[in-house]
Amino acid sequence: MAAWQNLVNFLGPDLTRIVVGLVGVLALVQVNALFLVWLERKVAAHIQLRIGPKEVGPFGILQTIVDGIKLVSKELITPRHVDRKLFMLAPIAVFLPVLVSFVVIPFSERLIIRDMNVGLLLIFAFSTFNVLAVLVGGWASNNKYSLLGAVRAVAQNVAYEIPLLLTVLSVVMWSNSLQMSEIVASQSKVWNVFWMPVAALIYLICATAETNRAPFDIPEAESELVAGFHTEYSGMRFALFFLAEYSNMLIVAAVATTLFFGGWKSFPGLGFLPVPGWIWFFAKTYVLIFVAMWVRWTFPRLRFDQLMNFCWKIMIPVALLHLIVYAGVIKIIN
Amino acid sequence: MQPILDGLTLSPWEPGLFSLAIYGLMVLGLVSLLLFFASWLGEKKSNPEKLRPYESGIIPTGSARLRYPVPFFLVAIFFLIFDVEAAYIFSWAISYDSLGWAGWLQISFFIFVLLLGLLYIWKKGGLEWGPTSKQD
Repeated sequence: MAAWQNLVNFLGPDLTRIVVGLVGVLALVQVNALFLVWLERKVAAHIQLRIGPKEVGPFGILQTIVDGIKLVSKELITPRHVDRKLFMLAPIAVFLPVLVSFVVIPFSERLIIRDMNVGLLLIFAFSTFNVLAVLVGGWASNNKYSLLGAVRAVAQNVAYEIPLLLTVLSVVMWSNSLQMSEIVASQSKVWNVFWMPVAALIYLICATAETNRAPFDIPEAESELVAGFHTEYSGMRFALFFLAEYSNMLIVAAVATTLFFGGWKSFPGLGFLPVPGWIWFFAKTYVLIFVAMWVRWTFPRLRFDQLMNFCWKIMIPVALLHLIVYAGVIKIIN
Repeated sequence: MQPILDGLTLSPWEPGLFSLAIYGLMVLGLVSLLLFFASWLGEKKSNPEKLRPYESGIIPTGSARLRYPVPFFLVAIFFLIFDVEAAYIFSWAISYDSLGWAGWLQISFFIFVLLLGLLYIWKKGGLEWGPTSKQD
């Protein structure tokens, strides 16, 4: 009986925390996707000297809500000869790890669902699921373009995963922990980006490649592959792919903020302002996302062999050498 | 991951992982529910044209299970090698402080060997894409 009581005591506060966290994360994911789609269209338009959406609501900000409602109400088409089980599994498999990754992201000092000691590892472990979901979705679709898009996406994502993992290690060595709060705490004097600029640059490039964004958007190259791996998906299933994509952008930007840009801490010299940590966090995150959009609408798409060679012949050797050098440097500092 | 209650041995897993599993299950249920409602309440008008694979309006010919080029397999195999080694370096980086300079020398040697391996792959042409690249 005592054990049962213990179980209830344990589940009570913990379960509440999880449920509240899940609701918060869902709200964040939805609002973030709606906002980012609008922002992306606006940024693209202004870079190309257009105006962008402007009809629905002030500055067209309600446009994506209307589009979202239309998207959700569409029919779920399952084309002929698809592998039905895998076809239905893929949208779930792409969306689930995204939501789980939010568990360990520290939005502010206390605003974190679970500050696990394996935080960073957990994010990378779950973001790798994305590759599997994309391959399953593309293969099950019974469409040549989907399969090509999926194969390209997998090759690109696994290749860029290696420098991503290696470059993050210099931050881990400095903070001596995988726990996100410890990583932020280790940057209380100086942000990591200032004395590990190469690591930050490698991380940002690899993160762009991992989220399949231009100039690394070959998996979805619309001029050659229709829409890549999610060509055959419609309605809610497509919406899940879409949500996952934009939430992934938020996650990689949030992880970059945590690892290199001081997390929820204020900008250097602005600590006297009475601004809560989560506002700093979101400000930094969305600035990074804005930069990613800027890059997308500025650079042309890379050719596939150039893309892979850039990873294997430049990024991986640089990341490996950087790791040795910084391991030595940190040893000397300590 | 501090245990919330001391002396509680629910499972060999830490409570943090247990709550993570519950969270994951809740997300799974929620997403399945979303998809179920979308398919249950949504439009259902079947049409043979609608069920055809979409290849930009051209009627698909042949099987869609293409045999994709060999370099993709090579990339997958290289990834396996390098990712396992990255996982090994990960475990080294976590105990980095206690390993001292000896640990640094050892991992430097390890990474050096890894780089030699990469160089070997490169020289062997494992990173080449497409038939034209041999002439460059």
